[in-house]
Amino acid sequence: MDIVSATAGDATTTTPYRMRLLAGWADTGTTAGLAEHHRRYAPLPPAAFAGRGGPARLIGLVESSGLRGRGGGGFPTARKLAAVAAGRGPRTVVANGCEGDPAGAKDRVLMELAPHLVIDGILLAAHAVGAAEAVLCVHEDSSAIPVLAAALRERGATRTPIRIVEVTRRYVASEETALVSVLDRGDARPRGRFPRPTERGVRSRPTLVDNVETLAHLALIARYGDAWFRAAGTDDSPGTTLVTVGGAVNDPGVYEIELGLPIGAILQVAGGPLVPVQAVLLGGLGGTWLGPEFVRTPLSHAGCRTAGAALGIAAVIALPAAACGIAETARVLRFLADESAGQCGPCMFGLPAIADDMDELALMPDHAGRVAARLRSRLAVIPGRGACAHPDGAVRLAASALHVFADDVAGHAEGGPCRWVGQPSWMPVPAPAGRRR
Amino acid sequence: MSRTPLRLRVEPITCHAHGICRELLPELIRLDEWGYPVLDDHPVPAALLAPARVAVRSCPSLALRLDRMA
Ligand SMILES: Cc1cc2nc3c(=O)[nH]c(=O)nc-3n(C[C@H](O)[C@H](O)[C@H](O)COP(=O)(O)O)c2cc1C
Ligand code: SF4
Repeated sequence: MDIVSATAGDATTTTPYRMRLLAGWADTGTTAGLAEHHRRYAPLPPAAFAGRGGPARLIGLVESSGLRGRGGGGFPTARKLAAVAAGRGPRTVVANGCEGDPAGAKDRVLMELAPHLVIDGILLAAHAVGAAEAVLCVHEDSSAIPVLAAALRERGATRTPIRIVEVTRRYVASEETALVSVLDRGDARPRGRFPRPTERGVRSRPTLVDNVETLAHLALIARYGDAWFRAAGTDDSPGTTLVTVGGAVNDPGVYEIELGLPIGAILQVAGGPLVPVQAVLLGGLGGTWLGPEFVRTPLSHAGCRTAGAALGIAAVIALPAAACGIAETARVLRFLADESAGQCGPCMFGLPAIADDMDELALMPDHAGRVAARLRSRLAVIPGRGACAHPDGAVRLAASALHVFADDVAGHAEGGPCRWVGQPSWMPVPAPAGRRR
Repeated sequence: MSRTPLRLRVEPITCHAHGICRELLPELIRLDEWGYPVLDDHPVPAALLAPARVAVRSCPSLALRLDRMA
């Protein structure tokens, strides 16, 4: 996952817009300092959004660009900007650069290669919502921190002060209400879905929490406009996106692609499959398995929805034909269960229970029918009942595994245990340390 | 009394699976295998509003609420 390349092996995309966020990286291969940043993108046009109507003009431009959040939910960015701008009192912008999902590396790569683009985006968002302070949240010990700190030093005093806050390396610590809670009281646990941070966030004031990639796109939309942004991507998912490609491909890493590109073509961009691939895990660890139809599934919100999946954090993990999807899913479920904040019953008891079920499906084939039925009834009862969407992601993953690997479940029920048990995993999660029952 | 439909909600962080709501309102509340209430999204029928209010008042964790439906 450390190999980072922005060069597409095959000319699979169709417009000159492929490299936006990572433009220039292929030339220099290093972090863009402020001078290099200005050479690539030109300084921000200061006059365009000045004056009384400036912030509203900026939000209008984001709205017509169709920009959607890149942090997993795909929420229309302009709607959040407008909600915070309409709020009362001192407002805060929180840039979410934690990237808590181990399937993703794109935010770290973006922050390390183009820190000034992220900073521009934060300043523009702060201007749009009228925020007096901004916080850039990054995982503790992240290699992006020194790069970001140097970029901020290079800027000197910014219009809105930006401070870097290090957040504990836990999966749910970067959920938006958990970030608000970290900033208010140092407790990195989600606080509940309502009220949303746009209404009541940091110090109970309206707060914009946006993913760092979302903000970087905002910085380009402010420069080049809505029509330019829409010239790449699809109607429902305009623009380019960073994808993290992992698993059985020749060149795993982070790439920038046009939204709408079929997932099969995305694997080609990452050097093509290493071995025959039976399925991909799409959208992050709390994502969806897609069987062979992934080859033609477009990576866009609508395209993924039609395939019964969700775009999530735009991560793709290729699973070889010679691997057990059930055993791999069990590993990821165990990780997600261990990462629960342990606050909500259906999450703290439900996730270990479905991880146990998935383990049993892989390891104890004689019970497969009964275990699958119990698992299905648990999957029906857990979603929507946590204070955050963490359990919903785990359920989505487990349900899609039962669907895509249905033959394996049936096969396990008839034959011996899985042929691939004991093999190294393709999933980016730590090996379960003797936790199996 | 207003006619706005009301719906039961549980605060997942506050709920500690006491199960008292289920005893007071078995018509609308069932418990999952771990003892936490499972609610549906339907409006509370008028005939059950009184026991629903008792259940809300009786939750030791104050985790149960009656919310106006949007
Ligand atoms: C368990 C959990 C973990 C999350 N982790 C992240 C994260 O690491 N980075 C991120 O940008 N969003 C994360 N999110 C989504 C945020 O809550 C929030 O929706 C997002 O930062 C909003 O940015 P956007 O509108 O630009 O996508 C997470 C959500 C959940 C439920
Ligand atoms: S749903 Fe799980 S992760 Fe989310 S707040 Fe509740 S216990 Fe924590």
